[in-house]
Amino acid sequence: MPDESLISLSDINRTFYLGDSKVHALRNVDLNIARGEYIAVMGPSGSGKSTLLNLIGLLDRPDEGTYKLEGRDVTTLDADELAAVRSERIGFIFQSFHLVPRLTAAANIELPLVLSGFPAAERVKRVSQALKEYGLTDRANHRPNELSGGQRQRVAIARATILRPAVLLADEPTGNLDRVTGEEVVKLLEKLNAQGMTLIVVTHDQALGARARRQIRMEDGGIASDVTNSHVEANDASRDGLPTDIIPSVDIPTDNAQTVPVEPVSSLPASRQPNEG
Amino acid sequence: MKITDTFRFATNAATAAPLRAGLLVLAMSIGVAAVVMLTALGDGARRYVVEQFSAIGTNLVIVLPGRSETRGFNPANLVTSTPRDLTIEDANALLRLPEVKRVAPILVATTEINAAGKLREAMLLGTNDDYINVRQMKVGLGRFLSKDEVGHGSAEVVLGAVIRREIFGTENPLGKTVRVGDRRLRVVGVLSEGGQGMGMTTDELLIVPVATAQAMLNSNTLFRILVEARSREQIAEVKAHVLKTITQRHDGEEDVTVITQDAILETFDKILNVLTLGVAGIAAISLAVAGILVMNVMLVSVTQRTGEIGLLKALGATSSAVRQLFMVEAILLSLSGAVVGVGLGYVGAAVLRHLYPSFPAYPPLWAVLAGLATALISGLVFGVMPARRAARLDPIQALSKR
Ligand SMILES: Nc1ncnc2c1ncn2[C@@H]1O[C@H](COP(=O)(O)OP(=O)(O)OP(=O)(O)O)[C@@H](O)[C@H]1O
Ligand SMILES: [Mg+2]
Repeated sequence: MPDESLISLSDINRTFYLGDSKVHALRNVDLNIARGEYIAVMGPSGSGKSTLLNLIGLLDRPDEGTYKLEGRDVTTLDADELAAVRSERIGFIFQSFHLVPRLTAAANIELPLVLSGFPAAERVKRVSQALKEYGLTDRANHRPNELSGGQRQRVAIARATILRPAVLLADEPTGNLDRVTGEEVVKLLEKLNAQGMTLIVVTHDQALGARARRQIRMEDGGIASDVTNSHVEANDASRDGLPTDIIPSVDIPTDNAQTVPVEPVSSLPASRQPNEG
Repeated sequence: MKITDTFRFATNAATAAPLRAGLLVLAMSIGVAAVVMLTALGDGARRYVVEQFSAIGTNLVIVLPGRSETRGFNPANLVTSTPRDLTIEDANALLRLPEVKRVAPILVATTEINAAGKLREAMLLGTNDDYINVRQMKVGLGRFLSKDEVGHGSAEVVLGAVIRREIFGTENPLGKTVRVGDRRLRVVGVLSEGGQGMGMTTDELLIVPVATAQAMLNSNTLFRILVEARSREQIAEVKAHVLKTITQRHDGEEDVTVITQDAILETFDKILNVLTLGVAGIAAISLAVAGILVMNVMLVSVTQRTGEIGLLKALGATSSAVRQLFMVEAILLSLSGAVVGVGLGYVGAAVLRHLYPSFPAYPPLWAVLAGLATALISGLVFGVMPARRAARLDPIQALSKR
């Protein structure tokens, strides 16, 4: 049977040892995520949400079980191969933004392109486009300490998506923001999702979690419930002004439960350049 | 990551902490400046000595009375221990050797010169007409001593430039009579100013014919005999023949020491080169200290930038990319320190030359290159540990650190 899942976790275990004590952060987790899904991961503190996200983001490895990303078993990859996959397929958004303080907004957004060895001309083009898309053009040369929280998170989102990853992982993206700004950021993420990017958000905020079509509740390292709300309105990509350029150049399976309208992507430039390491 | 981007990123990271970077550059530059300046001093000393010895002439063989103790045991020593004096006849005998171009006997003493109502101490040098050629000196006014065929010694004197100025001022001294010791001598010439050699200036000399000097001092011994070989290749031959001739003349007793200018030069050159190297080595220790500072500062930087490192890894930077970033930063800091240090070293050497104009304190190129290389290597060596620590950081823990 061909595996059509974007992410497929089976029987994942992750245990931490702290001195004598043993923390079973993930136990026997099975999870399939299709392309374009919008998932909220909730649950009490210490239930393993971040651990799960780190594992999906290839920052961590399971002790047991297999993880297939786009059909490829990634548990057997070495560190450099994981880094490459991370750079190409995964975007991270953090609660504390994690912008490099000495770099301007533009330079922060440019980082993934720099790390991947993109030529300068291409970088300039993509960064200025991203700045425009996220309404940051007039903040391009500001350093993070000169930006508001919402602007910082927008810079972080621009940075996470500049290489058009398949999956966007956000660990409490609104945790450091006030309600209104948090709402803006969430809308921005949902827009990206509406354009086909798979979005996984860890949150403590019930209201925020309820916006997701699929809600996973974790408890004590295991998945306690996994609900897909069919009644949640699909976000309308045509409603907002986001250009189609940030749509990942992937095919979305036709049997996808989420009927997000996706515009043609044939006009996209080749998204990857040879990596110079 | 492109190498140019790596450099840009590292430069940016280094300059973002100006105090940290400044301290490192300072430490490294002091080390390099020390190497450059101390080798300039050492090499300057070497050149100074070599120049001094070269200034006494070319292809010289010098005869000294008395045996050098380094020549080992000789049964002749048992018979008599008082060496014979060197005489003018010895000098004349040497002139007959075919490989010998010129011979200049030398006699020195301190004396007084009295003229135009002024009295002054001066160094008396008795020699012959060839001395000026052997020593490659120049006459500024008049002529040098005339050839003394008979060996009676004429009553003439050549003055050093300073003596002339102090006694006669701007007046023309030629033909004037001066009183030297108990003799009245006629001034026939004045030496050009600035003559150097064997650490003594010729500006305060009174040069008289050797026979005149011997008569004044009531002695017939010589202080030295300078022998000039016809060519460089013949120096060894001249040395052997000179020794043989004098030994023959002294009843088979080898009671003189013959040294060559080359041998002296070589010895000094060697000794002072070793000295310079040693000094450079000591200065290089300060570079190692600077290197340790590089390591510490970089370690602090890694700790401070833990979150950034975690982020880079989350963005897909490989461990080797992270390691490279920190290595390049350490190397850049060390190198800029080294470049600043070379600049400081050159300035310091220039100041030294300004303060002591006769002292050629130029930093040797090898020392400058060695200083730069040592700084670079210490940056590399001491940059490795912090860079590896950065590369090994666990991204999750690094990211969770705030
Ligand atoms: N590096 C680690 N070493 C030891 N224990 C760890 C480590 N990382 C996580 N844990 C433990 O694993 C469990 C799950 O942690 P995780 O961070 O995934 O929780 P979480 O659901 O994200 O909690 P929160 O909502 O507070 O962020 C916790 O008990 C935590 O203490
Ligand atoms: Mg968490």
